[in-house]
Amino acid sequence: MSVIHDPVKAGIHGGQAPGGTNYINNSKGILSWLLTVDHKRIGLMYMVCVLGAFLLGGSFAIMLRTMLFIRAASETPISEGAQNMYNQAFTLHGAILVFMFIIPAVPAILGNMVLPLMLGAKDVAFPRLNLLSWYCWVGGAIFFMFVLINGGLDTGWTFYTPYSSSTTTAATTATMGAFILGFSSILTGLNFIATIHMLRPPGMGWFQMPLFLWALYATSVIQVLATPVLAITLLLLMAERILHVGIFDPALGGDPVLFQHFFWFYSHPAVYIMVLPAMGIISELMSTFCRRHIFGYSFIAFSSVAIALLGFLVWGHHMFTSGQSAMTNAVFSLITFSVAIPSAIKVFNWLATMYKGSIWLATPMLYALAFIWLFTIGGLTGVFLGALSLDIMAHDTYFVVAHFHYVMVGSMLTAFIGGMYYWWPKMFGKMYSEPVAKVAWFLIFFGFNLTFFIQFIAGSKGMPRRYADFVPEYAIYHEISTIGSYVLASGLFLVLFNWIHSLKYGRKAPQNPWGANTLEWHTSSPPPTENFVEDPPVSEPYVLGAWEYDASIEGFVHNKEKAAKLAQMSHH
Amino acid sequence: MLAILAQSADATVFLPPARSTIAGAHDGLYHFVFWMSVFFTALIAGLLVYFCIKYHRKSHHEVPDGPTHSTAIELGWTLPPLILVLVIFTWGFRGFMNMNQAPNGAYQVLVHATKWNWAFTYAGGENDSELHVPVNTPISLVLTSGDVIHSFYVPVFRVKKDVVPGRYNKAWFQATEVGTYDLFCAEYCGTSHSQMKTKVVVETMEDWLKHVEERGRWWDGKKPAEVGAEVHAQKGCKTCHSLDGTRGTGPSWKDVFGSERKFTSGDPVVADENYIRDSILNPGHHVVEGFDNVMPTFQGSIKDPEITGVIEFLKSISANYKGLVLEEPMTATGLPGTDETETKE
Repeated sequence: MSVIHDPVKAGIHGGQAPGGTNYINNSKGILSWLLTVDHKRIGLMYMVCVLGAFLLGGSFAIMLRTMLFIRAASETPISEGAQNMYNQAFTLHGAILVFMFIIPAVPAILGNMVLPLMLGAKDVAFPRLNLLSWYCWVGGAIFFMFVLINGGLDTGWTFYTPYSSSTTTAATTATMGAFILGFSSILTGLNFIATIHMLRPPGMGWFQMPLFLWALYATSVIQVLATPVLAITLLLLMAERILHVGIFDPALGGDPVLFQHFFWFYSHPAVYIMVLPAMGIISELMSTFCRRHIFGYSFIAFSSVAIALLGFLVWGHHMFTSGQSAMTNAVFSLITFSVAIPSAIKVFNWLATMYKGSIWLATPMLYALAFIWLFTIGGLTGVFLGALSLDIMAHDTYFVVAHFHYVMVGSMLTAFIGGMYYWWPKMFGKMYSEPVAKVAWFLIFFGFNLTFFIQFIAGSKGMPRRYADFVPEYAIYHEISTIGSYVLASGLFLVLFNWIHSLKYGRKAPQNPWGANTLEWHTSSPPPTENFVEDPPVSEPYVLGAWEYDASIEGFVHNKEKAAKLAQMSHH
Repeated sequence: MLAILAQSADATVFLPPARSTIAGAHDGLYHFVFWMSVFFTALIAGLLVYFCIKYHRKSHHEVPDGPTHSTAIELGWTLPPLILVLVIFTWGFRGFMNMNQAPNGAYQVLVHATKWNWAFTYAGGENDSELHVPVNTPISLVLTSGDVIHSFYVPVFRVKKDVVPGRYNKAWFQATEVGTYDLFCAEYCGTSHSQMKTKVVVETMEDWLKHVEERGRWWDGKKPAEVGAEVHAQKGCKTCHSLDGTRGTGPSWKDVFGSERKFTSGDPVVADENYIRDSILNPGHHVVEGFDNVMPTFQGSIKDPEITGVIEFLKSISANYKGLVLEEPMTATGLPGTDETETKE
């Protein structure tokens, strides 16, 4: 396992593989996909499946928002059937989107796609394990599909005991699904850690790594260390449900709050599994589209690590109202605030990168800007929730719902879509329609804020979460929020349309449409199966001066002489 | 939008009215963090837009050259947020300690939560389905659950505490104004979680004493079937048991009395007085075929006269019961002469 460079094949220059084949068209047939060990093909298979899960989980979101809208407009009492339907909708919405979409989206799709490319490597360290992780995802997904047709699920995605030990819905099947999905996550994390340690090319030390890799590395550490705790917790829950071993249910001699500790010991770090790789994408986008060296490289890199480590120590802030001791609450509140610092550092560094830059408002950059807006609001409302007395009031209300949607969905989703647009030309060799992409961006940005900002007000006013019904004074907030969700959904469909449309009708993508200098832009779009036909030149990832714009290909071309000069300058 | 702005005078756009002694401290910190957030959001968004305009790319041949790092600047923008969050932590912690520790001599109310009902018990053992409290008096709550986790939440008091089975959780508040306020369950507890709400009624001490005294004998002078109907409406029975034959989480009460009941296990039984009493106090004992064992026990939260009321009420709405229904009003202590054999044919 070293950097693969086959000098025999490298007869053709310009990064084009022999015969013009690439990783997508060099072999055909369903088995060439299902048995592939190519990280790029596995990334694409993840993309299709994870986006399918996004569509499904998103449909439940539209369903529950529609039910709340109908409820707001209706005079008659809500039926029990409607209440059950609502409870199932929000549970499946949360469970599917957390376990099957948000957690795998960036690492498994974009990480798989570009991590080895950024290292100039041929593949990840353990390609077969990588394929196994995809099969684990599919296995877990099958269990979740089975839940849909077999009694549904009404526990909330958090599976709180003793409700989850006693519900008659398919909680056992769902926990089994989450258990298996966890292994997909663990295997991906393990693979990325090994790959980053072992396959960095000569000349790329830790501090010459693109920041996306720092972010993926920090994420992987969380995936490997925290996910097993969830797996154990879910096994204990199954043991209680099936064998009636008393662990969490007080009726059997257990402690229900113990479950919350176990659950959040995984699920709080999991929030950082969602947002850290998203932050990594933003660092790449900021440097590329400001055409500037990223500001404060080492502070951004270390803040990723700091967030990952501190993220393990704050789980108790989900239990401020549970009756845990005042001392415990105080400690968790204080550590929670400490996470605010590295998060703020990142935002300030991105802003400083824009200062004196050459800012190109291409679609990926618009998503990066949207990310900063959404993450700022998500982060600052986290300050409310970290403060003990304010959390007592806001806990389990729409304030919390709005907060975590801003962080987990707003931030993560905009970074993910921005990253998809950014690497789309590399993945498929096609350019998407820029005007359509911008319209969709506006719909998503406007729709998201309309949907969720109003929920901060509803929550501050006291609207509890997970409510199929509500007192009339909250109706107006639900109506506005639902309208926002329709705008958001229409924007997302437009993104999907643009991507699919580009595959058939898109302009052919140049090797480097954006002028970035990370190694994936040193190979053809899309890359050949072995990624590079000749070793890419390893240099500082954020020194961009060697790439010159060529209007005839609407892309950037690498000037080797300039690159050599810049390399010399940076050594002085 | 207009409806949002046209809130009652002392509620802000963001917060509900403040009706407890701790609400003011909560709201002070809330507004501090709120304006701090507005400041930072405006600063960041302002710079974002300003830079996008000022440094807008005119040609792809531009190669800008700005600073790439500065430890002084990094420390400069790390320290103010650090100090701010420490201030907010301390402020929030102090507020929390005040919320957490009830003053000595607070009047104690037992709060028992079950799916999907709140039951309150005052010092003299009087039961209530709404929480009545005297104004300007510290009230301490002892919270217990009969099944899953619930959460006691009164927005205008800024009070919330989980109700955890197997534990005694505590909370307290002191209401500052007479009025009727919403009380919600804030922890998801199954099908009718959103229906698990009641009212907090804050009264003058005089009114409150009168109310509690009445609750100790509320069935006094009422016909038993009327008492049963009120129990159905107030103790949460109606959440699961309809009166018109519609199937709910539990079987409808219509036509139950005198009918043959089939169970998930064991022999069928004809529903009589003993069966009804047993179903209220030991609901898991006989689970009707086609339903799940989800009903909590009402042991301790229902009085004997109330059970008698339910039995007579069930008789009055059952086509399967051919006998008479007690018409004689109940007395404060229960029901003298309740020997039911006398009234049956």
